[in-house]
Amino acid sequence: MIDINESVMQFLLAFLVVGPLLGAAAALLPAPPGLKGKSPDQAVLRHGVTVTGMILAAAIVLALGFDHHHPSRMQATTDISWIPALDVRIHLGTDGISLPLLVLTALLTFLSALYSYFKPPAGPSPKAFVALLLVLESGTLATFAVLDLILFFLAFETVLIPMYFLIARWGGEGRAEAAWKFILYTLLGSVVMLLGLLLTGIKAGTFDMVALATDNGRSLSVSVQVIAVLAIGIGLAVKTPMWPLHSWLPDAHTAAPTVGSVLLAGVLLKMGTYGFVRILLPAAPDGFRTFAPYLAAFAVVGIVYGSLACLALARKGAKGDLKRLIAYSSVGHMGFVLLGIATMTPTGVNGALFANVAHGLITGLLFFLVGGLKERTGSTDLDALAQETGAALYGRAPRLGGLLAFAAVASLGLPGLAGFWGEMLALFGAFDPADGLSRPAFLTFMSIGAFGTLLTAAYLLIVVRRVCMGAAPKDTPAYADVRSYEFAAWTPLVVLTVVAGLWPKALLGLTDPAVQQLLAGGIR
Amino acid sequence: MSSLVQSVDWLAVAPPTVVAVVGLVVLVADLFVAESRKPLLGWIAVAGLAASTLLLLPLLDADRSTFCLVGDTEVCSYTADRFTLVIQLLVLGGALLCALLSVTALKDSGKRLPEGEYWFLFLSSAAGAALLPASRDLATLVVALEVASLPAFALVGLRHGDRRSSEAALKFFLSSVTATAVSLLGISFVYAATGTLHLTRVAERIQHVDGQLQTLAQTGVVLTLVGFAFKTAAVPFHFWVPDTYVGAPLPVAAYLSVIGKAVGFSGLILVTVVALPSYADAWAPALAVLAALTMTVGNVGALRQQSTRAYSAVRLLAWSSVGQAGYLLVPIAAAGYSDDPEKQIGSTLAYALMYGAVNLGAFAVAALVGRAHRLNRVADYRGLYAASPLTALLMGFFLLCLAGLPPGVIGLFAKVTVFAAAVDAGLGWLAVVMAVNVVIALVYYLRWTALLFRAPETAPEGAATADAAAARRLPAPLTAALALTGVLGIALSGAPQLVLRFTETGLF
Repeated sequence: MIDINESVMQFLLAFLVVGPLLGAAAALLPAPPGLKGKSPDQAVLRHGVTVTGMILAAAIVLALGFDHHHPSRMQATTDISWIPALDVRIHLGTDGISLPLLVLTALLTFLSALYSYFKPPAGPSPKAFVALLLVLESGTLATFAVLDLILFFLAFETVLIPMYFLIARWGGEGRAEAAWKFILYTLLGSVVMLLGLLLTGIKAGTFDMVALATDNGRSLSVSVQVIAVLAIGIGLAVKTPMWPLHSWLPDAHTAAPTVGSVLLAGVLLKMGTYGFVRILLPAAPDGFRTFAPYLAAFAVVGIVYGSLACLALARKGAKGDLKRLIAYSSVGHMGFVLLGIATMTPTGVNGALFANVAHGLITGLLFFLVGGLKERTGSTDLDALAQETGAALYGRAPRLGGLLAFAAVASLGLPGLAGFWGEMLALFGAFDPADGLSRPAFLTFMSIGAFGTLLTAAYLLIVVRRVCMGAAPKDTPAYADVRSYEFAAWTPLVVLTVVAGLWPKALLGLTDPAVQQLLAGGIR
Repeated sequence: MSSLVQSVDWLAVAPPTVVAVVGLVVLVADLFVAESRKPLLGWIAVAGLAASTLLLLPLLDADRSTFCLVGDTEVCSYTADRFTLVIQLLVLGGALLCALLSVTALKDSGKRLPEGEYWFLFLSSAAGAALLPASRDLATLVVALEVASLPAFALVGLRHGDRRSSEAALKFFLSSVTATAVSLLGISFVYAATGTLHLTRVAERIQHVDGQLQTLAQTGVVLTLVGFAFKTAAVPFHFWVPDTYVGAPLPVAAYLSVIGKAVGFSGLILVTVVALPSYADAWAPALAVLAALTMTVGNVGALRQQSTRAYSAVRLLAWSSVGQAGYLLVPIAAAGYSDDPEKQIGSTLAYALMYGAVNLGAFAVAALVGRAHRLNRVADYRGLYAASPLTALLMGFFLLCLAGLPPGVIGLFAKVTVFAAAVDAGLGWLAVVMAVNVVIALVYYLRWTALLFRAPETAPEGAATADAAAARRLPAPLTAALALTGVLGIALSGAPQLVLRFTETGLF
């Protein structure tokens, strides 16, 4: 959009990755004179806001300077040799596929830091909290920015330790087991993924994603591709999470602090689907074709399973936890993303990428809202909230109730909001899958997926009815309505949800050329 | 008759020689130094080890050999090539760090550890360990191995009047001597079959062994390998490890965990890759199975440690070192399947260097904590961050390096090279076993790391606090060891190429 010098762009992208790390180190040091603030805790939380704000600004400038006429070209690339012995290069770059995710990550982290500044997480000193948050940001941004398989793995692993501690130290009930489950599942997945990455890299003779994509699997035999896709796919599927490898997610979400849930759903899950698109689709297309029907099948099972689980949780008397419910709904939403990818068509993959971003915005918002609700009512248990008739949030905190209803409706995929396009395009892709994939099978998957959207609508409406509506008893006090800092943290998400819903071209225009080229073989 | 007098390349043999000579100097000096001046001996030893480490520098330019056959100067008993130098760096550098730990341990022990004997034994063992990677004939190899291990038995049992210490020493001694006897028998069979002790000649001649001697040669190969497997504490020769580590003074346990391992696997590499490459189809699968068993048993053993049991920290490090030995064996096994074994061996060296730095760092922290908490339980590490943040951060870093997770970047890349070696050699099943082990290992490393940052338990009683405060004042040698390992680990994390380059250059 605006013309920015290439070396400035390179610096910006490198800053996105390194900046939060430096910030994390600085957070552990005592505050310099002049920045001490009211208390050490306040100073360090403000430091978190400053650093994530700078990163967000850098990400926005990067997006503005991005050449929107050539989104399929790798831009702001840096390519330095790091470990020649392993052929590992510090290769950074962004194109239309990774740019939206970079901005989304920077935005959600900034909003989380802002929210924590006003509402410090309950638990030990916020110093470590801010440092871990920044390391987490660095790891996720690096995942989307690197173009080297081994670096991708390094970035993928970097998020584990911070997320583990965020859950285990600042989480709610059952946090210790949830944190263990999270890290063990993901690590088991990612070491298997490492084997696949090594196999791909060693057989193809390069770990460079651009070179692998350009090669389009020509230097890998089909059997190598099949094994590589299986190994890498398992690692990514755990992270995504794909049914039946999802069982760490509900526990982690239920136990995590609000900010942890927001980032887990909004950003960390995207690392898995991004890997599918960035690595598996272009580097091992033949292997991927073998597994595409299975992936699609698991994806639609995930959609239906997630919805049914949510329906069960939303039932009266089920003692359903709202955070757990949203976690299961994530399994369903990520099912649409996986279905889109499994079609191997531009339509489906574009839909998947769109649904990715939309899920980040909407589910991020939902977790923020539920966090706010918990703070006011002290519970996320649906039955405890709704009691006999309903929690009557509309009456007791109208703005909060309205926002919750908005987020729920966006999540069920109402046309005109962000949730709609991704799921529709994914289903549309399944209607006409790529050559070599069985059309009848995908038609079946499509119809099951479409059925899933109905179930999704059902449980979300039940939630709205039980939480927002109801007869408010006269004597109960009204809850505090949305506070100004909450507005500040939530408005960007609301606005972007509407913008993405009304003007999908803003996002699709970025992803489509890149996806077309990726599927045709190669990134330039 | 001039041909009978060999010209010795003294520079090439300097590193082990200097250590041995300093060891003798310390033993003699012990007789003349006044009781109050005994700490001087420790500093002489440290200086000697530092000097011999520095003496590796002039050897970097080219491979040197000495003690060659008069007739055939290609066949030598002592070679200082790249492989030798890397292992010597590991051994001497590791011994230097252990020596720094020992200085404090000896000071703290009062008079329960005799200083002169301790340093003499320590330096003798280090000299043997430094000689081993350079030896290129079976006789020198066994002599070096024994020079390295015999003083170690004594070191383990050195604590006067400590029943656990003597028992550990006896266990260690008996099992080690049995293994040595077995491998000596093996070597004699190999010698009988081939008529030579020089490794390169064994490699040639063992392919053309007389049909009648075939069984003898094969038995010899197996028995020889068994002896070296013991030294790396490979399963099923691992059972002595936990008791020995707990019974030994802590710096000795640290020494065994790194230098003892280095001795074992460098001997194993010399015997397998240099002397018996033609038997690769026999030893490679055996080593692969051994590696899988070793890592699994070690990691499961470490996992089962209870954090409140006495000495559980050292016990856990002992079991984890068994697990790590398994990872070290993977590339050696892979070398047997590969056309270019030096690349695989390079992975072992890179991993060993990483492991050496990081594991000694963890032992240094354990030594530090052990000063305040005599029992050295894992539970005693709770709240270390509140007491001394830097130590806790370093310990967390070391543990995560051992686990191979960021921020321990070097640990991750060292694991990646080992995985790459296995995948490259087509040992997919071993790679998968190792992957599972990495996850198991993560549990206990992370459990420990998490403990460091937990809030400390209720304030200890007054007496204990005073004791702890006294112990918290960092002794200089311990600080130096911590700083050295910390800087090494962080520098390597930034530039992993420093150790990983051994995977791409010629070693022998």
